[in-house]
Amino acid sequence: MILRGLSKLTWIEIKVFLREPLGAIGTIGVPVLIFVVLGRVTNHKFAPSSFPGNGLSGAGLPVLVSLLIAISAVLSLVTIISIYREGGILKRLRATPLRPFTILTAHVIVKLMLTAATLSLMLMAGRRYFPPDAHVPWFSFTIALMISTWSILSVGFLIASIVPTARFAQPIGAVVLYPMIAVSGLFVPVEALPPGLHAVARALPLTYAVNLLKGIWNGDRWFAHIGDVAAMTVLFLFFTVLSAKVFRWE
Amino acid sequence: MPPVIQVSGVRKTYGSTVAVEEASFEVNEGEIFGLIGPNGAGKTTTMECIEGLRKPDRGTIAVLGLDPFRQVYKLQECIGVQLQQAQLQKRIKVWEAVDLWASLYRKKAVDGERLLEQLGLSDKRGSWFMSLSGGQKQRLFIALALINDPEVVFLDELTTGLDPQSRRAIWDLVRDIRERGKTVFLTTHLMEEAERLCDRVAIMEHGRIIDIDAPERLVARHCPERTVILDAENAAAKDLFQQISGVQSVTCIDKRFTIGGRGDDFVTEVIHCLSENGIRVTDFRTILPNLEDVFLKLTGHSIRE
Repeated sequence: MILRGLSKLTWIEIKVFLREPLGAIGTIGVPVLIFVVLGRVTNHKFAPSSFPGNGLSGAGLPVLVSLLIAISAVLSLVTIISIYREGGILKRLRATPLRPFTILTAHVIVKLMLTAATLSLMLMAGRRYFPPDAHVPWFSFTIALMISTWSILSVGFLIASIVPTARFAQPIGAVVLYPMIAVSGLFVPVEALPPGLHAVARALPLTYAVNLLKGIWNGDRWFAHIGDVAAMTVLFLFFTVLSAKVFRWE
Repeated sequence: MPPVIQVSGVRKTYGSTVAVEEASFEVNEGEIFGLIGPNGAGKTTTMECIEGLRKPDRGTIAVLGLDPFRQVYKLQECIGVQLQQAQLQKRIKVWEAVDLWASLYRKKAVDGERLLEQLGLSDKRGSWFMSLSGGQKQRLFIALALINDPEVVFLDELTTGLDPQSRRAIWDLVRDIRERGKTVFLTTHLMEEAERLCDRVAIMEHGRIIDIDAPERLVARHCPERTVILDAENAAAKDLFQQISGVQSVTCIDKRFTIGGRGDDFVTEVIHCLSENGIRVTDFRTILPNLEDVFLKLTGHSIRE
């Protein structure tokens, strides 16, 4: 019964998402476009060494764009939850035997599928910048990104639980999530951050996501990143419990 | 037979705001029961406590013998709910919504396509929710409330914002629900709706139930006044009218008499007086009080204030 409801709801949410042309193009298209444009620029005009740190060379660009994919999926979740709350959709669903958990799970599944689809598009579009012999573990990388997205979604839940109206959801989400990239260790190693920011970075799933994604892209084995996956799981649980405490259905 | 809904001593506050001060009433099987009162009287809060969506601070509620808060999932299997100002996903299609809702219940759902047909939505089955008119949206919400063949149907301000024609169509649908043996619990701030639709009503104001009964009995109890307006050319008529039993006032402007009195027999008495005295009448009508007047009498203000 629960599974039947979950699969129906998930399928309908996918269809509803794809019927909104701007949302679908924005969420899927923009990261792919950024990847292709930055890929061109960095490949043809700049030498990788001209970027600070290890910048966008090597795994830098794909990891950056993957984070953008994850964040745009999370932002989309924040927006949808707040619109559904404001419109009374969440409340109407709650007045059925559907468990709240099922409603949220459906959205998480939709976002994870969206992430995987966008990533596949990105990798396809980026083929020309990565010679076929470059050994990129696509499948593992996709799994790593889905784990990362899943963990970052919990921060999204917390934002969705707190934002007062749908109007503010997207901007507040963006203001909270995008700066996390800066302290995630992608541009500057986490160890090189000032102590205060260092502590912040350790408490954010993005930091572990970057480490995991970089490692997997460069051919690390999963075994080497158990710590990252564990940290993201702990943070997921922490943020989920916190948002369950403050979540409002209407 | 035990009442379908039993509410006793329910109180609900939001912070320092008291939404429901004290509510106690019972709803019987197969009736249309209306909770009426102005906006902000506590109707929706009371209803949502009964539906298990809110937990009352005090008091007990039983719906079909179930505790709505502790046994909410069990309860939701056998009730149908339409919420005030609810929306669906903008781009969900009508048939998808019905199909989704049908999948959420353990017991076998009713035939969704037939339901849409009965509610006049068949030709809209492929339309997005956002493209429906107000009346169509409400009919869809009725369909969703009926999809699990519920014992009790809750309708919150069902016709608010609809034009008179759609409103009448919806009233017919609600009567159909009763004809199928279901119990209907509704809230409304439209007195006409309550009067035409409800078998019994509870009048609510400032979080309290003021009185409960059939609309016509409430009117008889609180507003026994009757008014007859007639046109007659007989100059002596005024004196004759003043002798009618139960009469309270007689005014005459030109040929038009306005006769006020009390009691169920008052109109008969007026007719009796006219025929006995052979008074020739060119116009005759009565003004009977309605729930609106009952509300005014009980609260000292109109329901719209």
